[in-house]
Amino acid sequence: MSRLNDANLAVAKETIARYPRVKSALIPVLHLAQEQDGYVSTEAMAHIAELMGLTPAEVYGTASFYEMFKFEPVGRYCINVCTNISCQLVGGWELLEHAEEALGIKAGSTTPDQMFTLEDVECIAACTEAPALQVNYRYRNKVTPAQFDAMITALRAGELVDEFPPHGTLSRIRQGLPENWADTGRTAQAEVDAR
Amino acid sequence: MSEETSTDLGDLIEDSEPEAETSDVAPEPEPDPGVAVTINGRVHSARPGQLVIDACADAGAFVPHFCYHPRMSPVGMCRQCLVEVDGPRGPMMVVSCMTPVAEGQVVNTATPSVKRAQEGVLELLLANHPLDCPVCDKGGECPLQDQAFSHGPGESRYLEEKRHYEKPIPISDLVYLDRERCILCDRCTRFADEVAGDKLIHFISRGNDTQVMTFPDEPFASYFSGNTVQICPVGALTAKPYRFKARPWDLEQVESTCTTCSVGCRTVIQSSRDELLRYQGVDSEPVNWGWLCDRGRFGFESANSDQRLAVPLIQTDAGLEATSWSAAMSTATELFTEALNRSGPSGIAILGGARGTNEDAFAWARLADRLGVTRRDPQLADGLAAQILNRPRATIAEAAHAKTVILLGPDLKEELPVLFLRIRDAAEKRRSRILEFSPMETGMTRYAWRSERYEPGFAATAVRSSLADPEIASQIAAGDVVVVVGRQNLAESDAVTLAALDAIIAAAPAAKVLPVLRRGNVMGALQMGLAPRSAESEASQILHAAADGHIDLLVLLGADPLADCPDAELARRALAGARRVISVDTFLTSSTAHADLVLPAAAYGEKAGTTTNLEGRITPVTAKVTVHGTARPDWMVAVDLAARLDQDLGFNDLAGITAEIAATVEGCEELEALSAGRATGTGRDGILVSVVVPEISRASTEVTERISYDYRLVVSRKLYDNATNTQMAPSLAPLAPGPCITVNPMDLTRIGAEEGTQVKVIGARSATVLTLAASTAVPRGLAWVPFNQPGGAISEVIDLDTTVTDVRIERL
Ligand code: SF4
Ligand code: SF4
Ligand code: FES
Ligand code: FES
Repeated sequence: MSRLNDANLAVAKETIARYPRVKSALIPVLHLAQEQDGYVSTEAMAHIAELMGLTPAEVYGTASFYEMFKFEPVGRYCINVCTNISCQLVGGWELLEHAEEALGIKAGSTTPDQMFTLEDVECIAACTEAPALQVNYRYRNKVTPAQFDAMITALRAGELVDEFPPHGTLSRIRQGLPENWADTGRTAQAEVDAR
Repeated sequence: MSEETSTDLGDLIEDSEPEAETSDVAPEPEPDPGVAVTINGRVHSARPGQLVIDACADAGAFVPHFCYHPRMSPVGMCRQCLVEVDGPRGPMMVVSCMTPVAEGQVVNTATPSVKRAQEGVLELLLANHPLDCPVCDKGGECPLQDQAFSHGPGESRYLEEKRHYEKPIPISDLVYLDRERCILCDRCTRFADEVAGDKLIHFISRGNDTQVMTFPDEPFASYFSGNTVQICPVGALTAKPYRFKARPWDLEQVESTCTTCSVGCRTVIQSSRDELLRYQGVDSEPVNWGWLCDRGRFGFESANSDQRLAVPLIQTDAGLEATSWSAAMSTATELFTEALNRSGPSGIAILGGARGTNEDAFAWARLADRLGVTRRDPQLADGLAAQILNRPRATIAEAAHAKTVILLGPDLKEELPVLFLRIRDAAEKRRSRILEFSPMETGMTRYAWRSERYEPGFAATAVRSSLADPEIASQIAAGDVVVVVGRQNLAESDAVTLAALDAIIAAAPAAKVLPVLRRGNVMGALQMGLAPRSAESEASQILHAAADGHIDLLVLLGADPLADCPDAELARRALAGARRVISVDTFLTSSTAHADLVLPAAAYGEKAGTTTNLEGRITPVTAKVTVHGTARPDWMVAVDLAARLDQDLGFNDLAGITAEIAATVEGCEELEALSAGRATGTGRDGILVSVVVPEISRASTEVTERISYDYRLVVSRKLYDNATNTQMAPSLAPLAPGPCITVNPMDLTRIGAEEGTQVKVIGARSATVLTLAASTAVPRGLAWVPFNQPGGAISEVIDLDTTVTDVRIERL
């Protein structure tokens, strides 16, 4: 939707400065863009290219390698249901089908109210907790259809906000940074060190 | 048409073996011990560091491959080149394009297990390939098709539905991409990155979804995009000008040289049904390494234009009218005789000659000699004084291997694109450090070690102060310096550049010079005798003399002063003031329209001969198609005219001219052999000739300081402009960016106008209206205008008699 805003621009510049090779900052800065808009917009990629002295095609090429960067708006909650072997054996497929019915959308799409995006994923390394799913990449284990419904109801009611921050909120550095971080004059690293 | 089509396409343009990186300049060939490897049972001596795939090729064992390209770094993407190498634990399969040779290595390229492996890889490559060969442009010359036959399993086991994508999508104005056909070899993307430096295409997504793609709304607008079409090993990339025009087996081809600019890239010209259809780059080690720029590659379209002049035209009361050659030649003879009678040879002037071959230039120069005509100049005051040819000259390879390359010339990317690739390569591979002197940023700036700015007029001052910088001084002191020198700014006198060159040579007396005069065969024209003889023989003085009524007959040999002379007013007055004008040209241009007589000239691809590139390297150009209409090569006009004027030129035909050049021009002894043995061996590398031209002393220039509210003009060329051979090529014409004036963003407020608005650009003599643009590439106080853009007339404000051009920019 947009280029990086001023606060994020400051973080981006600071992040870029921290790497001996500018290119190395690409992934963290892309996360920043995704955090800002909930997805990585074309304008943000062009802006990042400008900041890092890359071509937009290079930025897009790198970003699109990663499943977790989205290039179209996604729901506030991106739900990934694992259908790989361990989960499949104990009801992963059924859980996904249930989810499709419950949300009224096919895997790979977003509810019209922009609340949920449903995806099927390969193994998310929670095989011992099968069937597993993620909401904005935060785990829910041994999920039954009833638990799924309860979770959806809660999310629709605006609950569970602490457990599941909006899609795009990923960067560990950004989490817990004071709102007025850009004005504090502290570097992001100092912020992390202080914690 | 031609018997010379026997040269194999594969041989010429694909993967011809380059020599070792430094072989072309290695001062003394080091005794090369060679690496002994056994290939298919026979001992072979390979170069140290050579890749197994190349060693196999040298040993006559072809290894199938797709991603490997000898001019780019190996990436091991396609896995087609598997061969067996004996290792400590028995034979193992290695990727031959990623494996260097080693002493005692035992390589097998055709064992049953190699065959199985190669078949397996091919089967996988074909898994998603649409196999739509019957409707694919590449069919018939496709490495995938060929190698599926030669190294594939023969039968497909796939029954599944293949992956589908929208069939070809344009990724630029010139190139289409069919993602279904792409085998993800990384050649195009690697080329864009490594060779061109235009990373506008990239692999997008991952795994089964991987595809070559541009950024949304940012097309693959590279000046070199056509090369990706040529090196794509499948039909995934096709070029708009050639799509569905012919099948490879319908094409006839001959090897030739591109004369669009003076780099002189080697090409093959391909035609079908007597129509030029495609040019492909040929790998010439000293020149183009197989690459072409898009202007050179697609410019042939202009030769096919129906606007070409087909018959002679004569000026009548009703304007130009068609006439016969015999009538036209009698008129030409009369015009010459009349001019000679009126004021002798000093009343005749010949402008141009850079469009033609060496033979054309030589014939006209000889005619001029016989008639005593000294006023001749193949440049139009848009280049540099010819005497820079008399400096110790460097070759392209020397420049591309020098410790220091000093750029004191135009933006190479815009004017001499493939030379740009060579110098960029030198910088990227860290062979050379680039020291650039330029009034503004160029395409080379980002690769430069140091890029020094100067205000037009003060190049020499800037050079002197830069060379005093200890870091730069020690770099220069290390020796091995090549100065690339050409016309930087058409709104600045070339004397400024020459003075700067003198300053460089003073600091680096051993430096060699690579003169980069840009027009096709300008070097040939200068070396073959069309170089100005004296100050009044130079184009600017010819134009002044014509304007003042001292020229009775002005001959334009493919010259269009109205378009190409930086000073449009002078050109206009000259054409009006010349009593008579004869124009020999391929098209009716703004200048030829004023001529009393217009003779249609044969174009590139229609005539044989030789051309000389900016190094002084002579290579053959070849006729492939029948001339358009009744057009004739320029030399033929000169020979005919001489006969009618009772002058004995000493030759009557092309072979005679070649023989005469070989006999009289220093260094050209081999010319006949070169012309006869075209398209083979050394013919591709040509012969280097360094002819001395008359020295003409230049008056020293006075430069005034710019008044603070003025802007000092930088006027330079873009690759695509209003040149006839661009505008008459339908694929290229729309690529000219159009006229605008670019200033530093900080100067916008001073002008009080926004980007994109129309502004008045007021010079000392006249004014013009241009669109305002802003870029940090232009320093404050300067204004950049591209020369000769369709719809722009910056030449109206340039005065050849002033050293620099200052303008005011005002809101409309
Ligand atoms: S488009 Fe052609 S050159 Fe480019 S990756 Fe695909 S197959 Fe290779
Ligand atoms: S660089 Fe010059 S010679 Fe080479 S292809 Fe382009 S126009 Fe032709
Ligand atoms: S298979 Fe579902 S988490 Fe491993
Ligand atoms: S040619 Fe060796 S892996 Fe492609």
